[in-house]
Amino acid sequence: MSDSIVFSPVTARPAPHRTQGISAWARTNLFSDWPNSIATVLLLMIFAWYLPQLIDWAVLKAVVRPDVDACQAAAHAGACWGVVSEKYRTILFGRYPYAEQWRPLAAVLLMLSLVGVSAVPRMWRWYLLPLWLAGMVLFVALMGGSVAGLTPVQTNLWGGLPLTVLLSLGGMTMAFPLAILLAMGRRSTLPVLRTLSSLYVELIRGVPLISVLFMASFMLPLFLPQGVKLDVLIRVLVGIGLFSAAYMAEIVRGGLQAVPQAQTEAAQSLGLGYWKTHGLVLLPQALQAVLPSLVNSFIGNFKDCSLVTIVSLYELTGALSLALGGDVVWRPFFLEGYLFVALIYWSFCFGMSRYSMRLERRLSRSQART
Amino acid sequence: MADTQSPITPRPPPEQRLNAHKWRERLMQCVVLAIVGLVAWWLMHNTLTNMRARGAHAGFDFLLDPAGFEIGEGLFGYESGQPFWRAFLVGLGNTLRVALASIVVCTVLGALIGIGRLSRNFLLRSLCTGYIELVRNVPVLLQLLMWYFVLTDMLPTSDEALSPLPGFFLSKSGLTFPVPMATATWLYAGVGLLLGAMLAMLYLRHAGRMLYASGKQLPRVWPVLVLLTGGVLLACALGAVISDVPWAFDIPAKSEITISGGAAVTPEFLAVFLGLSTYTAAFVAEVVRAGVQSVQHGQLEAARALGLGRVHQLRLVILPQAMRVILPSLTNQYLNLTKNSSLAVAVGYPDLVSIANTSLNQTGRAFECVAIIMAVYVSLSLLTAWFMNRYNRRAALKGSPR
Repeated sequence: MSDSIVFSPVTARPAPHRTQGISAWARTNLFSDWPNSIATVLLLMIFAWYLPQLIDWAVLKAVVRPDVDACQAAAHAGACWGVVSEKYRTILFGRYPYAEQWRPLAAVLLMLSLVGVSAVPRMWRWYLLPLWLAGMVLFVALMGGSVAGLTPVQTNLWGGLPLTVLLSLGGMTMAFPLAILLAMGRRSTLPVLRTLSSLYVELIRGVPLISVLFMASFMLPLFLPQGVKLDVLIRVLVGIGLFSAAYMAEIVRGGLQAVPQAQTEAAQSLGLGYWKTHGLVLLPQALQAVLPSLVNSFIGNFKDCSLVTIVSLYELTGALSLALGGDVVWRPFFLEGYLFVALIYWSFCFGMSRYSMRLERRLSRSQART
Repeated sequence: MADTQSPITPRPPPEQRLNAHKWRERLMQCVVLAIVGLVAWWLMHNTLTNMRARGAHAGFDFLLDPAGFEIGEGLFGYESGQPFWRAFLVGLGNTLRVALASIVVCTVLGALIGIGRLSRNFLLRSLCTGYIELVRNVPVLLQLLMWYFVLTDMLPTSDEALSPLPGFFLSKSGLTFPVPMATATWLYAGVGLLLGAMLAMLYLRHAGRMLYASGKQLPRVWPVLVLLTGGVLLACALGAVISDVPWAFDIPAKSEITISGGAAVTPEFLAVFLGLSTYTAAFVAEVVRAGVQSVQHGQLEAARALGLGRVHQLRLVILPQAMRVILPSLTNQYLNLTKNSSLAVAVGYPDLVSIANTSLNQTGRAFECVAIIMAVYVSLSLLTAWFMNRYNRRAALKGSPR
């Protein structure tokens, strides 16, 4: 018989590794090679050692009731969040009269909702400006009182979160127009304007904010004519505004530089003058392009407002020292207080930085050419 | 007659017209200058009137008067009877001391965290991202105060000091650590190090020439290390033979009551140093990450295609290109750190700003004290910028910051 060819199949190849699912994810992200695996195991060990201790301290053994004896009994083995539940009104509103503290609360909520409204791109219309003006007036009226039957409250009693919000938003509002002028000045063809604005921007960017605040609180009274007294709050606000204007001017300048030269030429050939070229053609494009950076600079500004503590205005950080510094009973639990204030700052700044990232993605989408 | 046309008078050429662009520009600049000048004059006038009304003096002559306050720490000796300018100098020294130490640490820490963010390991990546997001969204002042509270209130007193490493003691009164004693041995060690470094430089030049001449690559890392350590060890051994003083450390020792010996840093210094370096490290990490990510992926693939190993990929291809992006931003972070060191006033570390603040409260010379702060910081900024620009230019031209 002839040899029959027997069909013998090649042994099947092993199935490919899964590329989806948890095991595949772990293989690429945790155990891709030896060093990676060692790092994973080491880190897991560290987490396993420290996380339970942290949870133990922050949650399981923590004292939440405003009870000093319980806190002292916990003896720092557990966090004493009681300090927050005891003092949160002072931390949030500073020395503002206790009975009237709904007013700063309402003022802060008003400002936050305004910020929320302005964050939506669909709302970027002309009516935002009067809305903000109205909001600011209402904020000051709520805080200061003596209108609509509200008892007047001196500005030296303002403190805590409303002060932080006021200083950062107010400083930004003051800085913005100045920043635009400075940026235009630095790009001007006129040597005098260019030198003056460069000098201002470089000088301010070279010094720490605290020296500007010292200047605002100690020297501004000397600069004013006799008999004119400016409130320390306004002086500090002016200082913060002048300071952040220099930083924002550089951002705006970057935006103006990014607008193609052809846009200027097109505007000029339409017969637009300097101001119209900037107002109608260059600035709208430039500002939109640097919006994320402006938000970032606002975050910096928001954090920097904590410095006014040093010239004795009691915003969040200062209000905390106000609440706990003189209190012998609660003073040992300062750390929990710091953590609480840090959490407030963190949630604001983190939220804004996420927002700035989203804006950036949105802008890059509109810039993409197909 | 009414309908006779008057001949058109020829207009002057454009550059002679009064409304010519050139003239308008000049006029505008004059107006701006006049406004600025007027405002400045008005402010000066007000200041002078106010000061006369208050009977206050102006001028920097107070710098020669005795300061009359104590300073907690400083590089140079200082007593309260010494003039203000000495006090300011001590403050400047303290500012520079804490800023330089923090710059070194934040660079190292930031580079590690930034590279960790690019790691393939998910846990490491998230840990680094978490650190950055946590630290940079909380004001640095709050962090300084937190560190200060932890260091002064939560640590044990010096009689129960913690000892994380043998010879190191951490307590409410600061950190005590061993220092080399000022003996001749250290002089020998220094000379040895210098000699070793010179030999290493010669060797590196030789290796470079070999590489260009024959394409043969000599090892670079271990011979240099051997030369450096060998130089130091040999010099010390010789020194020990000659002057028979071996290695000498001043190691702090703890008794029942107190810690003696060694060198110490105050909790104020530690708070500023730790706060600034951990805060700035988060920003440096972002700078490093952005720099590494700015190098096009094709560069890495090309390096791999050439058969370069991981170390060479990084050292020869990625880093030189990333450095150009990193350096300007890194300079900015250094400047920010130096400016943030002024927050030391909040925890009572006697830096320039807090010395100026004390002097201001004592003498009432607000203008002068603030002017000194500003002048010093502006010059520091300019100096750092100049220094980094030089380095930057080298990195940009040769392509490889050595």
